[in-house]
Amino acid sequence: MYLDYMRESIKNVEKTRAERLKLAKSGKPIVERMSDKEREEVLNKFHPDYKEESRKKVRIGPNKGDKLTSEVVDILEAYSRVQPDYFDLENPDYETDVLVIGAGSAGFCAAILADENGADVTLATKLRSGDSNSMMAQGGIQAAVRPDDSPYLHYLDVMGGGHFDNKSDLVRALVSEAPGAIKWLQELGVMFDRNEDGTMLTKPGGGTCRPRMHSARDYSGAGMCRVLRDEVENRADRINILEHQPAVELIKDEKGKVAGAILYHLQNKCYITVKAKSTIIATGGFGRLHVQGFETTNHYGATADGLVMAYRVGANLMYMDSVQYHPTGAVFPPQILGFLCTEKLRGLGAQPVNKNGELFVYPLEPRDVEASAFIRECKERGNGVATPDGNVGIWLDTPLIEQINGSGTIKSNLPAMLRQFDRFDIDIRKDPMLVYPTLHYQNGGIEINDKCETKVEGLYVAGESTGGVHGRNRLMGNSQLDLMVFGRRAGKFAAEYAKSTKLGKLTLNHVNEYEKEVEKIGIDKDKIAPVVLPDYIPDKVKKKQYTAHPEGTLR
Amino acid sequence: MSEKEKKVKIYILGEGFDVPASSTILTALEYAGFQLTTGVGCREGFCGACATLYREKGDYKLQAGLACQTVVSDGMYIAQIPFVPAQKAMYDINEIEADINTFKEYYPILFRCVGCNTCTKACPQDIEVMDYVQALIKGDIEKAADLSFDCIRCGLCALRCPAEIVQYNAAMLARRLYGKYIMPDSPDLNKRVEEMVEGKYESELDKAVQMDAEELKETYYKRDIKTE
Repeated sequence: MYLDYMRESIKNVEKTRAERLKLAKSGKPIVERMSDKEREEVLNKFHPDYKEESRKKVRIGPNKGDKLTSEVVDILEAYSRVQPDYFDLENPDYETDVLVIGAGSAGFCAAILADENGADVTLATKLRSGDSNSMMAQGGIQAAVRPDDSPYLHYLDVMGGGHFDNKSDLVRALVSEAPGAIKWLQELGVMFDRNEDGTMLTKPGGGTCRPRMHSARDYSGAGMCRVLRDEVENRADRINILEHQPAVELIKDEKGKVAGAILYHLQNKCYITVKAKSTIIATGGFGRLHVQGFETTNHYGATADGLVMAYRVGANLMYMDSVQYHPTGAVFPPQILGFLCTEKLRGLGAQPVNKNGELFVYPLEPRDVEASAFIRECKERGNGVATPDGNVGIWLDTPLIEQINGSGTIKSNLPAMLRQFDRFDIDIRKDPMLVYPTLHYQNGGIEINDKCETKVEGLYVAGESTGGVHGRNRLMGNSQLDLMVFGRRAGKFAAEYAKSTKLGKLTLNHVNEYEKEVEKIGIDKDKIAPVVLPDYIPDKVKKKQYTAHPEGTLR
Repeated sequence: MSEKEKKVKIYILGEGFDVPASSTILTALEYAGFQLTTGVGCREGFCGACATLYREKGDYKLQAGLACQTVVSDGMYIAQIPFVPAQKAMYDINEIEADINTFKEYYPILFRCVGCNTCTKACPQDIEVMDYVQALIKGDIEKAADLSFDCIRCGLCALRCPAEIVQYNAAMLARRLYGKYIMPDSPDLNKRVEEMVEGKYESELDKAVQMDAEELKETYYKRDIKTE
């Protein structure tokens, strides 16, 4: 329920609504899109990444000397959770052809394709199978399918959105395999939204030149991820799922190939060894590191564990200085602070307006540009609406969606959003949402080639953990696509590789070597990584937990 | 959550804890000092990991909800349900048919529905669970897929069902059958997939990949934009 002073500002929004509706129906952009120069200017001045303290030099490892997101440097410059001497690597608990780490959509795709390519598969995950950011995606998945669209136009959009820093071979694979990925998902039983004639319903997203977003209402991520999960579970005789068992360190063989991982069982606290001919990291992103103190849209388990493990075995990171802030995170009520308000809202016509009900930015700029414009409107121009707990936001005028597309549109196309706000007595069909940028996505990650191989033999990566596909800014709907395209590629190539490789003696020596480097730069012994889980216990309680070690602090 | 904020007392495993009144059950557990490793997931109502049973002060009713989406109330008793040991059928989606016989074979338990509507009342997503069970009994897969669409598979329906039905797993099968066999084929998609196999766009993409930075930038800013 909005507070009285917020109601006053909502009145301004209502006053300008009819005029803005007219603009929307005119077919012209409701606000001029920014030029190249204008984009650069707003990014430089207002994007959180461009602040000096947002990045610092990493002092050890493959990217030594590079400036990376500060919170990432903190987990790279840290000790291991394990004591290598404790482990009997001669007698691993499990042996498998392909080990997939992470059970979100990329991990599921990898597991299915590895199975289909004849490999024995083990799938280890931190929480339950399917617990992932993949499950939470709302807006959709891009694929150039309409007759007036093409993979070439999709390619241009991805490159432009990423400020032309993307690895072109990865982008080519992404856009080329998009239609096939949609078809594959549909044949597994994903219920994509359709037009009446059976063609796929497609909507525009920020930075796309054609309506290219395929959706499953606004449970798009869940619509795909739950089908993939079900498919993996149906293959239980061939895919061994290990839940509540996050990987905390990779194992190598004496020749330097990656040869499996150490898992840590969150419930019985045992460490488990998995020997694998090839290993796929699909552990997702880093939202729960709360970069620069931002709230996040991310899953509880999104702590970038895969980055740390891969870095320690010698894989390098790419664009790990770039963070995606989703323009529209919820700011009010406080219970849903930072929650995602899908870009599909703007795709369907919701307009961002300031406290006076004025338009100030084209609603579908690429995410970093849009987010920066929101920050400028609040911080520089003072046109935001403050909340009682000290946050600030701008209005996303959602009632317009029904006025543009007809009443009932929100209930049928945005049931998750409607439900989310209705739980706190806000009806988004009648009132706007208060939003502000929220930490959403890890643009960079572990560098891969188009076979999902890293610099280290035997190690593959897919999904949000990778870097290069999206350059320094990902467009809406390309993360879901990334999971499907590169998840499937990783599974296929890792399975093929597993057929021909022979492992030597297993070792954790690289952990000892890495820790020597950590010690040399004088890091405190209690700093360990991977983080595994964020810690939200208040300090005054923690002070009394004399003998307990929350995950993330345990040594 | 500031220290000054109004507090309420909630009971976790029967023991009282004072927590901020604006907490959800999930943040209240953390405020009380529990670092969760089960009964927690996306924290935004999309994953179904945090199924919780609770009872409010002065009420005899056991209510069901998601810990991340339910605000605490003074005197609330809570217990989390971290896992539902529910039966799930194993099948090859390519080998089964989209008709009632599939449900008779894989989820015969559906036909024990007594129509009590307890499942619907337990659903934190406000899904008409009993209605989709009834639709499946009648072989209406489309209706079941549509009604169950917002299911996040928390399992509370199955936990509360006196007939031991596993509604959410049967609904998963219904949606997959509907998506694969009943939804209309998309002619545009099929055509584009064929074109990709034929390599229709390869030369265009070759050209794009070879563009230098300037040319690419120019082409990008010049591309025509359609929003409809």
